[in-house]
Amino acid sequence: MTPLRNLLSALAAGLVFGLGIAVSGMGNPVKVLNFFDPFGTWDPSLAFVMGGALITTAIGYRVIFGRRQRPVFDATFHLPTARGIDARLVGGSALFGVGWGIAGFCPGGAIPALGFAPWPTALFLISMGGGMLLARRLQALPRRQTA
Amino acid sequence: MITEFTPFASLGGGILIGLGAVILMAFNGRIAGMTAMLGGALAPRHPESPWRLAFLTGAVAAPFIATTLGADFAFASPTKGAVLAIGGVMVGIGVTYASGCTSGHGVCGLARLSPRSLVATVTFMATTLATVTLIRHGFAG
Repeated sequence: MTPLRNLLSALAAGLVFGLGIAVSGMGNPVKVLNFFDPFGTWDPSLAFVMGGALITTAIGYRVIFGRRQRPVFDATFHLPTARGIDARLVGGSALFGVGWGIAGFCPGGAIPALGFAPWPTALFLISMGGGMLLARRLQALPRRQTA
Repeated sequence: MITEFTPFASLGGGILIGLGAVILMAFNGRIAGMTAMLGGALAPRHPESPWRLAFLTGAVAAPFIATTLGADFAFASPTKGAVLAIGGVMVGIGVTYASGCTSGHGVCGLARLSPRSLVATVTFMATTLATVTLIRHGFAG
């Protein structure tokens, strides 16, 4: 069972994150696509979103990891352990970028957008969920031995 | 379609996105990656799912509440129908294989100086730029 306080802190983090996405313009597909169109209707705003988020997170993480051995409501920090740079990482990222360039939505932008523009955000999210389930099926298939 | 350059709102919103990630690490010890979060929503019995669903609920609720209170967030989706759905499927497959997206790799991973996240972020930013450029300038000339 997940303790209630862990759910409430995750809810609070989600509220702040979601408000940030909406205020920043990251949940507005046309604005996102315009960032990637320097030869057309360029809107550099997204650089400020990414910069603000990255600098805040980098400073915050540094303070947390420097001062605490464990998070407030858990026994350990749960950090990713994968280290390798492989075809899955690069190929998956490349495909994600093509989809992002077509749709103008990334996962983190689409979730909060559901709260202020339900359609066509729901269509994107349902399609994305289908893609995630399909990829999981493919990943679960037995793989050829490469050794 | 032209959009207004909004450096202050975008910087402020970006700082809030970062604060959300910092709160989640400080209290729950977790990375604020939307790919893993949504994975939790698709696997409801997973032990990580309850807090992930709580985060997602907050992320949807905040803009909804703000809109109810009178806030107006600009929104326009140039991509519609089947093309939007195809883009969605590609995003879903891509982020699953990459184990992360703009939030997990682009914000949290880069903040931890992860080489994997740097490779992922450079790759998807490049293919997004190439795709938008091709769609907007490549076909019609």
